[in-house]
Parts: sequence; structure tokens; C-alpha cells
Amino acid sequence: MLGDEAIAQGALDAGLSGIYAYPGTPSTEITEFVQNSNYAREHGIHCTWSANEKTAMEAALGMSYAGKRAMACMKHVGLNVAADPFVNSAITGANGGLIVVAADDPSMHSSQNEQDSRFFGKFALIPILEPSNQQEAYDMVRYGFDLSEKYIVPVLMRITTRMAHSRAGVVRGEVRPQNELHLPADLRQFVLLPNIAKKRYKNLLSNHRHFIQESEGSPFNTYIDGHDKSKGILVCGLAYNYLMENYPDGKVPYPVLKIGQYPLPKNMIERMAEDCDEILVVEDGYPMVEELLKGYLGIGLKIKGRLDGTIPRDGELNPNIVAVALGMEDTFGFPVPDLVVGRPPKLCAGCPHIDSYNALNEALSTLPKGRVFSDIGCYTLGALYPYEAINSCVDMGASITMAKGAADAGMIPSVAVIGDSTFTHSGMTGLLDAVTEKSPITVLILDNATTAMTGGQDSAAMGRLEEICRGLGVEEEHIRVVRPLKKFHAEIVQIIEEELAYQGVSVIIPRRECIVSIDKRMRDKFKNKQTETS
Amino acid sequence: MKKDIILAGVGGQGILSIAAVIGYAALEQGMFLKQSEVHGMSQRGGDVVSNLRISHNEIASDLIPFGKADLIIAVEPLESLRYLPHLARHGWLISSSTPLNNIPNYPEIEEVLEAIRGIPNHLLLDAETMAKEAGSIKAANMVILGAATPFLEMDFHLIENAVRFLFNKKGEKVLEMNLIALRAGKEFAYLHQRS
Repeated sequence: MLGDEAIAQGALDAGLSGIYAYPGTPSTEITEFVQNSNYAREHGIHCTWSANEKTAMEAALGMSYAGKRAMACMKHVGLNVAADPFVNSAITGANGGLIVVAADDPSMHSSQNEQDSRFFGKFALIPILEPSNQQEAYDMVRYGFDLSEKYIVPVLMRITTRMAHSRAGVVRGEVRPQNELHLPADLRQFVLLPNIAKKRYKNLLSNHRHFIQESEGSPFNTYIDGHDKSKGILVCGLAYNYLMENYPDGKVPYPVLKIGQYPLPKNMIERMAEDCDEILVVEDGYPMVEELLKGYLGIGLKIKGRLDGTIPRDGELNPNIVAVALGMEDTFGFPVPDLVVGRPPKLCAGCPHIDSYNALNEALSTLPKGRVFSDIGCYTLGALYPYEAINSCVDMGASITMAKGAADAGMIPSVAVIGDSTFTHSGMTGLLDAVTEKSPITVLILDNATTAMTGGQDSAAMGRLEEICRGLGVEEEHIRVVRPLKKFHAEIVQIIEEELAYQGVSVIIPRRECIVSIDKRMRDKFKNKQTETS
Repeated sequence: MKKDIILAGVGGQGILSIAAVIGYAALEQGMFLKQSEVHGMSQRGGDVVSNLRISHNEIASDLIPFGKADLIIAVEPLESLRYLPHLARHGWLISSSTPLNNIPNYPEIEEVLEAIRGIPNHLLLDAETMAKEAGSIKAANMVILGAATPFLEMDFHLIENAVRFLFNKKGEKVLEMNLIALRAGKEFAYLHQRS
């Protein structure tokens, strides 16, 4: 199974009661696996999508409060959105087992950055688990729930794209039942008034040495001795596989410390530091462990890794990078011919966004360029040829607020382009800001009735966009719904022009279902019809 | 036995189906498997790649090292060239000759095919036409898979059974068409392979 699926199966088998998430590559398949599981359906396990990662994290915390095991899943940048409840959940602690899965994306296959979620775990002072393969991913979930319940603390599980989207066989363990509903022993545990929070924080700090002890004895941290002490290798998570790829017989001459659980096991590292002349740190993501071992001044033991150039500073690891870092000869096949050009993703033929962008471009053609702020979704592809229609893509919801800021600066009109699901994720609050100040912005909410880019998940905006906009205070006559089709082009251009001229908040909703999701729906319908008739 | 395979194509061309068939056949023989996929944005008509590794021994890395792939199986000729650094000196490049031209700067197809012919071990076939003859151009991926089967060192029946298992739920007609496409690819490979 996929690494994502192994995590989901591990959670189901370990007595999960609810999974909370907003879709985001490469984490989406964890929740989808639970949604497609008969076992989850029969046992009433919660698996409906949340509006965003913050609401997901909070709902998971609430389920944990009620004594049941909960999981919140998100991509790395989703943890930024959920940071407030995440960091504070370390202070409140958990009741039922609570695991937060953050899926990092080194090399930015599908993301705006390659931030390393281990920093968030360290920041919140909670234990972190990082699997090296699908079996460990499966096993770690049960282990993580147990750890969480033992110390009544949330546990962060950090994976990367390669772990999430790679398949391998997994052996399942026993299936255990869900927890019964039970309240925390202290009903003030979750009340973070300063007086209580101070005590909870001291409690968290005092647990730190226990967390280190747990890491020393963890089945996921192993010290494998080697005869050649000229170098020790400290390897985190998936990077272990790249190391072992370079030793087909499985015998590494150097001592190896395989890390799968944090905080780092101090004794094990001390042993390596005493035994070896230098330590090579191999970790996917930021050089977090390397920096810790090296210290700011870099005095003392020689530490090699991403910071001294032994391994490239950015990007995903691979077996070749590790081979070179070990001083082995690099391997190479054939060069890529010069004629090979990139093939970026693009909007599908028949996509409603194409019609929206064509109309928007025409409506804006008489104004100076550079006034369209956009967001995260398929429609971000509108930045590329042939549309070149948008000028920003930063974080979920930023289109509306950046358009507002630019309008405040005097760029009038400013335009925001956001998707339906992104709007309910994080666009609504920004729209409220704009309404409050009657900012002269025109917001296009491209409503394709789904969360398209991650594969067509349900959108929380479905059927209620106009109501939400009215409720936030957008004037009725400035909420315009259009149907993005070629035949309505002139009409849409005119509506956009009218709203651009309005000195207040306008919302235009081009509404037409995603072409891929229609196709999928029709195929499902046909399939059901066939099963009915056969 | 151990085979490291790069599967390449454009989002929507069905490289994951090829991977699923080979993977299923490998697991049926009790082999180990690791398969890395691309999900997300690239599936919207961008380049996609999958690293498929099968072996009777345990597999370490999810990614195939450069210069170590036994096979590149490509459903699109330009995409077949993108992963050449992975191909082993003894490795085979198997590609469809039918371009999928969805970018404004697609190079001259003759130059692309010429570059493929420059690889010592290559097999180029017009998978789209062959798939059309089998019943639908959608089966082009199965033609390519068929052409790759002689290099997999696997009993062809195992591959056929895997196709049956994976396409069974799509109805008899679709299954039969895919099997015809698969066999056509295999026949082609036996007639034309030479290194």
C-alpha cells in the first residue's frame, strides 16, 4: 500500500475514532483511505473533510478531549494554518490518543515551499515519529497513540512525499477497539488560563526527559555498529533507504544511527560522537539534526551534511546524493538530449477556468497589468502561458487579503481570483475585512463545485457561496453569478467591467462543474447502472 | 531476479495501470515491490514518472539510482528521454512513437525519435495505431506493456492474469481489448528486438 494508506490502515487497526483533514498533496490519501473503508463505515469512524487544517486540528483535539483516538492530517503548509491549536495542544495535552500527521514536500513537487515539519514538533516540544518505510508507518501509528496516551501529549508524525506516495507490502497487526468516551481526569486540563497554562507548560517541560528516554529505548531508533570508525552516519527516516541502497549486501562499514523518533536519543548520539572521527547527518528536509549537533559556532566534533555542502542544501535526497556524500563513485546512465523541454501541468480542455480567465483578461485589457492576486488551486495554472492572468499565489486565502492591501495602497481596482474550496478554507475572513472597510476590490470565486487539484474532494462551499457572501455583508447587487462558457463570453466580460468600476466589494461567481469531476461522476453513474441491471 | 523500471508518460496516459499490472504479477510470485508515484498537480497533463522496483530480495530505496534502471517504459516519446540518466548501460528503452503534443514548444518528432534510436537498446512502436486496431487508443499503455514483457523475465501468463485481475471489473469487452493490445505489443517486441 501507499505510505499514506499504511498510516490510515494503522490508525483504523489501532482503534481510531475520527480522522480530520483538509485535502493537500501529499497527505490527501490518508483520509480518502478511511473514507473508502467499509470497516470505518461500519464502526462509525468520523472521516468527513474539514473546512481547513485549523478546524481539523481543533476537532481532533476535541475528540481526544472526549477520550477517543483522533488523527489530524495535513500537508506541511497546512500545519502553518493549524499552528495555533497545534502548539497549544502541546500545553493542554491530550486525553484519547492524538496524532498529527504532517506531510512534507522536499523538492516542492506540489507545494510553494519545502519547510520541515520536524521544527514544528520541536517548537511545540512534543515527540515526533518519522517512518523509513511503509511498514514502520503502519506500526508507528499504534505506537504513537500509545505514546500519546501514556504521557497525555499529542504526537507529530512527519512524512515526506516519497513516503506518502510510494507503495510497498505491509503486514497488519491485530485490530483493537476504539476507546470508550471518557473525560480527562482533570476537567481544567484544557483550560489554558495563564495560571493553569503555566502549570501545564511546566508539566510539558518536565516530560521532556521522559520523551528522550522513550527515544533511547524506541524500536525506531537503532544503533548499528560498524568496524570503520572514521565516520559515523546519523540517518533520519526515509534517508535510511538511500543509505542502504549503496550497500546491497546490507553491511555498512561505519556505525549507523537510524533515527525514527524524536527528541533525539542523547546517549546514542554521545556514543557515536565518542566512537567516530566525524558524523555524517543524512536527513530529508532542512538540516535540523545537523544544526543541532553542529551548534552555531561549529566547534568540536566534525559534522557533515547539508550545511558544509557534503549534501546539497535544498531538495529531496536520493541514493546518488547519499553515495557521493559517502565518497563513493556516482553512477549515471545517458545524458538527456538538449531537445527535451519541460511539460508543465495545464488546465484541462473544457475547464471552466479557461473561460473565466479569457473573460477576465479581456475585461482588464485597458488597465495597466499586474493587479490580479490569486490563490492555491488548479486555477493557479492561470499564471502560465497562454493565460498569464494572475500575479500571485502565496497561501490559502491570500488572494482576497492581498488584493485588499494593494487597494489600500491605491491600486484600484484590485482583483482577487480564488476557488470555491479555497474560499471556504481561508478566504471568508479576508472578505469580511474587505467588507468592513468597503475596499474597492473585485473577487472572482471560481466555483467548480469541487476541490479539484487534489483529486475532486467535496467542497464545503457547495451550494452556499452566495449566502456566505451575503452573510459577510457583500451587497446583494454586487454578487453576480455567471456561467463560464464561450457563448457567454461577451456577457461575462461586461459583468466583470461593471464590477471593476464599483468602488466597493464585488463578488463574481463563475459557476460550472470541474470537467474531470463531471467525467468521474458520469463514469460512476454508468457503473452503478450496470451493476443495477446485471 | 531484480528489475528496476522507470515508467514515464503524461498525466492521464495510464502509466500507473502499467505499474499496477507488473506489480500485481510480481507480488503473485512472492517478490518484493517498491513503487514511487507522482500525485497532485502534474496529473493535469504534465510529465509523470513512476519508479517501480521488483526483486526476490528486499529492496532498500524507493527511488532507482541513476544508471541502474533495467528498463524505461514510456507511453510518450519525448517523456522517454527525460529519464535517460536513470537507464543502465545494458538497459532497454521501450517507447511509443506517438507524440502527445500538448505544449507549444514540442520539438520536431523526427528529432525525438532519432534521439531514441541513438540509445543502444531501444524498441519504438506505434502503440496508438496498434491499440486502435485492438479496439481503442486507450489501450496504448497495454501495447507498450506488452512490448516490455520479454524484458521482464516473467511468465507472460502471469502478466495476462494480472491484466485480468485489474480490468475484470471494467467488463468483459474492455478486458478483452486490453488483452489483445497486450499480446500485440508482445508480438511486436519478439519480432523487432535486437540490440
